[in-house]
Amino acid sequence: MLFASRSLCCRGIATYQLQTVLLSRSIKFSASDTMAFRHKNTRRIEGLDSNVWVEFTKVAADPSIVNLGQGLPDICPPNYVKEELAKAAAVDRLNQYTRGFGHPSLVKALSQVYEKVCGRKIDPLTDILVTVGGYGSLFSTIQALIEEGDEVIIIEPFYDCYEPMVKMAGAKPVFIPLRHKIGGNSASSADWVLDPAELASKFNSKTKAIILNTPHNPIGKVFTREELQIIADLCIKHDTLCISDEVYEWLVYKGNKHIKIATLPGMWERTITIGSAGKTYSVTGWKLGWSIGPQNLIKHLQVVHQNTLYTCPTPLQEALAQALWIDYKRMDDPGCYFYALPRELESKRDRMAQLLQEVGLKPVIPEGGYFMVVDVSTLNVDLSDVGESDPYDYKFVRWMISSKKLSAIPLSAFCGPETKRQFDKYIRFCFIKKDSTLDAAEVILKNWKKQKA
Amino acid sequence: LPVKPPSSPSFSLQAKMSRLAQARRLEGVDKNIWVDFVKLAATYSKVNLGQGFPDFPPPDFLMEAFGRAVSGEMHMLHQYTRAFGHPPLVKILAQLFGKLLGRGLDPMTNVMVTVGAYQALFCCFQAFIDEGDEVIIIEPFFDCYEPMVKMAGGTPVYVPLRPKAPKEGKLMLSADWQLDPAELASKFSERTKAIVLNSPNNPLGKVFSREELELIADLCVKHDTLCFSDEVYEWLVYDGKEHIRIASLPGMWDRTVTIGSAGKTFSVTGWKVGWTVGPNELLQHLRTVHQNSVYHCATAAQEAVAQGFQRELEHYGKPDSYFVRLPRELQQKRDQLVQSLVAVGMKPIVPEGTYFLVADISKFKSEVPDVPNSDEPYDSRFAKWMVKNKGLAAIPLSAFYCGAHKDNYNSFIRFCFAKEDATLKAADNILQKWKLEKTAP
Repeated sequence: MLFASRSLCCRGIATYQLQTVLLSRSIKFSASDTMAFRHKNTRRIEGLDSNVWVEFTKVAADPSIVNLGQGLPDICPPNYVKEELAKAAAVDRLNQYTRGFGHPSLVKALSQVYEKVCGRKIDPLTDILVTVGGYGSLFSTIQALIEEGDEVIIIEPFYDCYEPMVKMAGAKPVFIPLRHKIGGNSASSADWVLDPAELASKFNSKTKAIILNTPHNPIGKVFTREELQIIADLCIKHDTLCISDEVYEWLVYKGNKHIKIATLPGMWERTITIGSAGKTYSVTGWKLGWSIGPQNLIKHLQVVHQNTLYTCPTPLQEALAQALWIDYKRMDDPGCYFYALPRELESKRDRMAQLLQEVGLKPVIPEGGYFMVVDVSTLNVDLSDVGESDPYDYKFVRWMISSKKLSAIPLSAFCGPETKRQFDKYIRFCFIKKDSTLDAAEVILKNWKKQKA
Repeated sequence: LPVKPPSSPSFSLQAKMSRLAQARRLEGVDKNIWVDFVKLAATYSKVNLGQGFPDFPPPDFLMEAFGRAVSGEMHMLHQYTRAFGHPPLVKILAQLFGKLLGRGLDPMTNVMVTVGAYQALFCCFQAFIDEGDEVIIIEPFFDCYEPMVKMAGGTPVYVPLRPKAPKEGKLMLSADWQLDPAELASKFSERTKAIVLNSPNNPLGKVFSREELELIADLCVKHDTLCFSDEVYEWLVYDGKEHIRIASLPGMWDRTVTIGSAGKTFSVTGWKVGWTVGPNELLQHLRTVHQNSVYHCATAAQEAVAQGFQRELEHYGKPDSYFVRLPRELQQKRDQLVQSLVAVGMKPIVPEGTYFLVADISKFKSEVPDVPNSDEPYDSRFAKWMVKNKGLAAIPLSAFYCGAHKDNYNSFIRFCFAKEDATLKAADNILQKWKLEKTAP
């Protein structure tokens, strides 16, 4: 028997596969022949199967391509961080389960660091949850506090997981774009701002939360106190939660200061602040993150956590705790890694910007984070003959990967449906790369410039 | 940090987060037995046979692999790996489970790595259980199945393993706890989306026989039901018993997700590396949940586990294979604990598998008076009393039953025997002393 196949090419729609069922299968079990069709996925994940990374992380496996796409550091984590993991791994009991909501020495270290930053008491047992990366914190927060009937405001462009996570929780994403200031020279991420009246219009009685990401991925914007105050005022006025993704909190460049919205008046009790070991210490493969907030909110995240994965790995948490203590003790010292890493990255940022400018591009210089976006329309690469209906930036990146051996990420992946066209000439580069990677990118870009001439 | 008061006089009222914050999906899933019992053990226990984790070290070859992964030349092991599983790990899992299930497996589509078997279970329920779906859970059950089904909006339907009286003069065996076939069949309805199977079973240690699995398989096929098969203790089977994988039975591959755990396989519960094995038609949906919840699992531990499996494949079936050594050692510890318990008058149910053992503490009930109309099951109060007064931690069996059935078997507690001999000896000392105190006039 042959079941007909239906293949639907649009992204995000499940494809049905060709099923060939051999007659020799036992007739007694013929019911199982139709099994694949009856056992569809649940409603909550309908349409959430596709994802920009599935395509573009495969690129990382090809060593001939200079990969400035996925946010993957190829620089080494600091030696003491690796040493702490080696030390922790050698202790027998640190290879067994630890406390579910966070390894005791880790939550203690986190509470100390953030008490100093926030200027308020943080209880390590009730105000902190350790999660599998900042990603896991976003998931725990959204599952704990967001449900069907809720609206969640997402600022575009956005780290792409916000939208599917909000949808998986049954809620409706409400988008608002960063727009570049009229009269701004669009050379800096500071020129990308929210329109206060437009933002206010997005809040209503159904608005459960707004997701804030500062420093911002992909633009690199570091929200100012005034900008945060506008958001805070609306949160308080509408009794809304704030989910503040601050994974790049330490990566701010000269002239900028990272401000935690949770420290603004009236905001501590309605804000979950998310952090990441991966971004703090260049150890994305440790997948450790944390949520910090008031007990009455964190307790719900803890309930989600105890019903999803229960505990995070022990040796990694112990190593992270020790690394945090080392840096906590020198938080007033410029040698602290929290300040040394952004200093290192600032010169990479400036180099990346220069390389792009030499090809005739105008990159948006980020105030923070390790990404840089650039409008590629001035290169005038004609891709109109390329078949698929995908946005220009997707086609451009695929073309750039195959013809220039350089990868980036298309910005429309970070936009809601109505804003995709606003950003479909932008691509995102990641510059947390070692010098030899940036050297290789320089060669490609210089050749590109020559070919253009 | 001085707070500048804003101008509005009603600010302090406005500022407060007044509306109900939490989502309805958390209703009824907030309680968790481990939060209490882990805390009690940490505070009071001198000998902890409660939570299931080994107190002996993981095998040397695995620790060496982890050491190499974290301090070696490959510094990219500190960065993201492939989201659905580190390539060396999924490749070796596909190789091993292909061999065990008798079919060719594609590492990219038939295997997915998760943050422990716990997260694998979560992905299964989130991927397949919608509001109104029923999920059959066999009691006693690893406690997370119930809240996970509920959080997915599903309805748990319970069916108990019922103890048959042991042979005259013999100890009860985990094999004596059985499903009633007619009762099991009666639990399947057109709303039944899945059954959760756990073999070897935590807490009883039961290893389902081929006949028992065929019974379940026939019903799954008849009712077109999925099977989530939690096989984390697959290597821990004793007395020459065989662990049979339900996915290998006719008609079952297409409808089964098989779940495994590095924590239990290699005695590294703190690494939180687990996996699912199954057909692409099912795993594709687990991947969707995974990519929208944690996305990546930590890299270095996956690399080390891959090397561990590589070593085990090379030594498969040989006496120095960890999969041979570990169950042999644990069987001895099981027997040691059985002896200890018999000697003091607790009646152990001898487990065929896992590193858990359930014992009847009826003879010790006089120590803890019954409190009629108490909300808390008797065995829970007993276990709490025991850890506080005797320093010996164990878990009440009621933890593994749904709310309505918690009082059905209220004089049993679960011990974990994946412990150093010294720990088991210390437990024996506590028990012997206790017996003497009980019988002294």
